Amino acid sequence: MYALRRFAVRQSRFFESFYKGFERTMVAFDPVMRAIGYNRLERPFALAERMVKGALFDCQMCGQCVLSSTGMSCPMNCPKTLRNGPCGGVRDGGFCEVKPAMRCVWVEAWEGASRMKDGMERIRVVQPPVNRELEGSSSWLRVAREKAAERRDARQSVDPSKHAIARAFQRARRFEPSTAPLAAEPSEALADQAVAERTAIFTKAPAADEGKERSR
Amino acid sequence: MSGFQTPEPFDPVSDVPLVPPPGHKSASILERTLRKGLFAVTAELNPPDSADPRDVLKAVEPFRAVTDAVNATDASGANCHMSSMGICSILSRVGYSPVLQISCRDRNRIAIQGDVLGAAAMGVGNVLCLTGDGVGVGDQPGARPVFDFDSLSLLRALKTMRDEGLFLSGRKLTTPPRIFLGAAENPCVAPLDWRADRLEKKVRAGADFIQTNYIFDVEVFRRFMGRVSDLGLDGKVYILAGVGPLASAKSARWMRSNVPGIHIPDAIVDRLERAEKPGDEGKKLCIELIQRIREIPGVHGVHVMAYRREHLVGEIIEDSGILKERRGVTV
Repeated sequence: MYALRRFAVRQSRFFESFYKGFERTMVAFDPVMRAIGYNRLERPFALAERMVKGALFDCQMCGQCVLSSTGMSCPMNCPKTLRNGPCGGVRDGGFCEVKPAMRCVWVEAWEGASRMKDGMERIRVVQPPVNRELEGSSSWLRVAREKAAERRDARQSVDPSKHAIARAFQRARRFEPSTAPLAAEPSEALADQAVAERTAIFTKAPAADEGKERSR
Repeated sequence: MSGFQTPEPFDPVSDVPLVPPPGHKSASILERTLRKGLFAVTAELNPPDSADPRDVLKAVEPFRAVTDAVNATDASGANCHMSSMGICSILSRVGYSPVLQISCRDRNRIAIQGDVLGAAAMGVGNVLCLTGDGVGVGDQPGARPVFDFDSLSLLRALKTMRDEGLFLSGRKLTTPPRIFLGAAENPCVAPLDWRADRLEKKVRAGADFIQTNYIFDVEVFRRFMGRVSDLGLDGKVYILAGVGPLASAKSARWMRSNVPGIHIPDAIVDRLERAEKPGDEGKKLCIELIQRIREIPGVHGVHVMAYRREHLVGEIIEDSGILKERRGVTV
């Protein structure tokens, strides 16, 4: 919702502190979550994240949340889905080139960032392109996995393609580890499952054997 | 001797790939000009709606001996024309230094990284990374917008290809593209306070040079350049200010309301309105703008966008005094 989204940007300082605390808690719970299995947690977390962030930020579930680096203004609401700042077409008064009735997501972002403690440092970091395979999955869990894995210094993934992006966008990874994740992704987090999950919310309960299929 | 060097025609089959001079990132004449501290001139070519290469040669003719590089637009304004890649390939073959414009609107990361290899193989030494106007303003508003990259992640990806010799996937390149990387900035539109910061971010992402959108408001641009200097960007990036001759008050008003990102102060529109010969007044205004912009510290050149008035570019460069200054200096 547009009004709530703009409210959230005005309260960016509060959300910044809240998110910091929340992230610490999530990382602390990593051993527990690993014991339960990130795969099992993926669907309930993605659902919760979609509901909470959808209401507050018009979250589009890109799975690679950068709200803390964009003044709490979700860049996926930009019609061009720009992740690194406004385009050159912003209208007078800070309105969007493509949707003239909407305030530019990045004008909002810069205002939000200027109210935050680390906002201005983080908004200057160059963000990588979105990995569409992760769309629909939980960014909260991804951050917890990444930070915990980094702490353990046990990189589970050796996929060279992921390393190339992580190297090219090092600073982005430091602040927002979900933008170039290196830890192994649970199968539930990958796009086809996520898409199935998204549609499942709006359709009837899944068939009995579907659950088995998914938990593989 | 005009002072503007015309490159040798490049034949991709019989010539060996161009090697950058020591300390340079590309073999581009634009890079050489800028590194030498000369005031550079680039111009935008009006792309033909045609498959005839002679139309490209005709369109580029006014720019010979008055420019360091020629920009081939990539469906600017989301209007379909001959591709930037096709135009650049023709230009390098006949002895022009082209700037390949890449918009993020129409192609994804797979297409773009491949295109850049192709362009470099065709002798293209400059690439300008752009976001791209939304599809809605163009001639085919029903098209699906891509925006897989944005202009900054695109810059970083191409820098990775050039400097690390890697695709973004991590696969190795056997010969990396030797390209001079450019980006755009629009100093005169909202959010004015953050435009210089955005430019800084583009430099961090990998921009070697900047070509700005049209500057018609010198005071706003001066403030922007002050902020650029405060951010410590002097010596880190070359900035070419965008200029162009307006045809009339009517066309200025049309541009303001139909082309995204155009800011033209009312005073300029009024001046064209009052002029007896608005076309001549537009040219005079452009020359005045160039002379005022040149005085601003940190400006390294101009980028002339003279849509459908390309025939005036030579006179504009001559009358603004740039040609005289460049005459006799070799790049």
